[in-house]
Amino acid sequence: MSTKILVAVKQVAALDADFEIRADGKDVDADFLIRDLNEWDDFALEEAVKIKEAAAEGEVEVVVVSVGADEADEALRKCLAKGADRAIRVWDDAVAGSDSIAIARVLCAVSQRETPDLVFAGAQSSDHAFASTGIAIAGLLGWPHAAVVNQLTYLPAAKQAGVRRELEGGLLQTMQIDCPAVLTIQLGINTPRYASLRSIKQAAAKPLDTLGLADIGLSATEVGESGSLSRVRRMYIPEKGRAQMIEGSAAEQAAQLAAIIKEYKGEAA
Amino acid sequence: MSGILIIAEHRRGELRASTLELIQAASALKSAAGGPVTVAIVGPQPEQFVTAVSVTGVDEIVTVTAGSADFDPDTQTAAVHALINARSPSLVLLTHSVDVFGYAGALAATAGFGFATDVFKIDHENGQWLATRGGYGQKVNVEVDFPGRTVVVLAVRAGAYKPAEGVAQPTVTSLAITAPVARLRPDEYVEVSSADDVDMTSAEFIMSIGRGIGEESKVEQFRDLATALGATLGCSRPIADSGWLPKSRQVGQSGKTASACKLYVAMGISGAIQHLAGMKHVNTIVAVNADAGASIFSVAKYGIVGDIFEIAEELRGHF
Repeated sequence: MSTKILVAVKQVAALDADFEIRADGKDVDADFLIRDLNEWDDFALEEAVKIKEAAAEGEVEVVVVSVGADEADEALRKCLAKGADRAIRVWDDAVAGSDSIAIARVLCAVSQRETPDLVFAGAQSSDHAFASTGIAIAGLLGWPHAAVVNQLTYLPAAKQAGVRRELEGGLLQTMQIDCPAVLTIQLGINTPRYASLRSIKQAAAKPLDTLGLADIGLSATEVGESGSLSRVRRMYIPEKGRAQMIEGSAAEQAAQLAAIIKEYKGEAA
Repeated sequence: MSGILIIAEHRRGELRASTLELIQAASALKSAAGGPVTVAIVGPQPEQFVTAVSVTGVDEIVTVTAGSADFDPDTQTAAVHALINARSPSLVLLTHSVDVFGYAGALAATAGFGFATDVFKIDHENGQWLATRGGYGQKVNVEVDFPGRTVVVLAVRAGAYKPAEGVAQPTVTSLAITAPVARLRPDEYVEVSSADDVDMTSAEFIMSIGRGIGEESKVEQFRDLATALGATLGCSRPIADSGWLPKSRQVGQSGKTASACKLYVAMGISGAIQHLAGMKHVNTIVAVNADAGASIFSVAKYGIVGDIFEIAEELRGHF
């Protein structure tokens, strides 16, 4: 293997339709969380696997890493089924309560151990959406970095990569970046594949290593609340504005919608 | 540590409007911060933006002549770090923007500043800063604090505060920094092409479709419906990313803002925060969605919980 791409992924959580806040008021009760691989990370993984598949057999290795308790294995197995070569999960109870920066500290330590040529992370997570983990890894590593990349040109072992960042309002910006680098990947950069039944079976045989903090040279104080730059004080369900609901059969609802549109058009005319 | 430092944001020679919102936020927090409000401008010709940020609430403007006209994360990190060392603010305000995604995490992680992003409310309690942001797809609010951090850096959601107004005469000083060697070399800007000549920013009546349509073959019936209604057909991100409609029809943060829109009908759009950023200001929003818990209903004026295909078919009969 001459080139290695490390993809940092997260097992995110979405909420059940009815959910309750935990007794300590700092998070949602875990019973109401529906877990899945972060959507952005799916695109990041696909981009790495695409580079691997375009290169000669055995030239590029794709390693996925996640920081999480046992349940994160599910996300990692999914990545292995979609083409990653091996997976690493890091956990210690001391990691609980970590913000995105403390998680980045763990991922930085894994990067130093793995010495990849590129690190990919999703541009943000769907649950807490800090949009900062990937770039924090880069800062801690001291590596060049680019955020919200929606097109990438990279040849294995190259000293630089061509990236296109997605800015606001339909504006894009192209640039060259020195490698090794950390890139955060935006939705739409590719079309992530579905894992086939066969690949899911094969993934079960791929290596998934579990590491503790000592394995990556971190102490308990460098993670969790003490290693974080923010701390959750309170989580609550906000009072939200609520639309005036149009009830009735589909025909009745559509008739009212038609009336709203006709009223608007009457005003506009 | 006192006072508030605001980092102005500019792109292609124009100050970004969100900078004025940060000034408004800082004005409200000024007494809590116990010090001046300072706006810093980093760029090759920072003086060009001095007038634009000389608004009520600003005490001082600091110019940092560094970098190229294009955003460079290393230059920005070095400049903001130097500004924090020079002015010792207790609070630093940035915009939660794509450029800020590109450096804020690295700055905070390496310097150990208190840090939160996508913040829409800032409070000061018992000498400590508190920030409120969303969680789990905006279904909860999360209040965070920063124990033991003397400097807190917050990236504030665009639109969370109104822009500051009124002319002021702040003092203008400059700060010299040692610019790092660039590791990114910007090439060019590319506008998402308008493949079919549509301009979402000028459309007054938009009907947008989202993930709820399920498959590409359904696009046609909504295109037909939009034509019958006299609406411009728009979409949310997944539809454009799948190539079902051109990117030029995408409404949202990374797509187009429905600036001129007066009536917005959202069909099968759950209402991700990035989509809402492009349309929540519209006066009359009607949302049709199968999920009664969809976020779109929190910004819509009228809501219909139902099957979008049935509603669409019934609606077609009225026009």
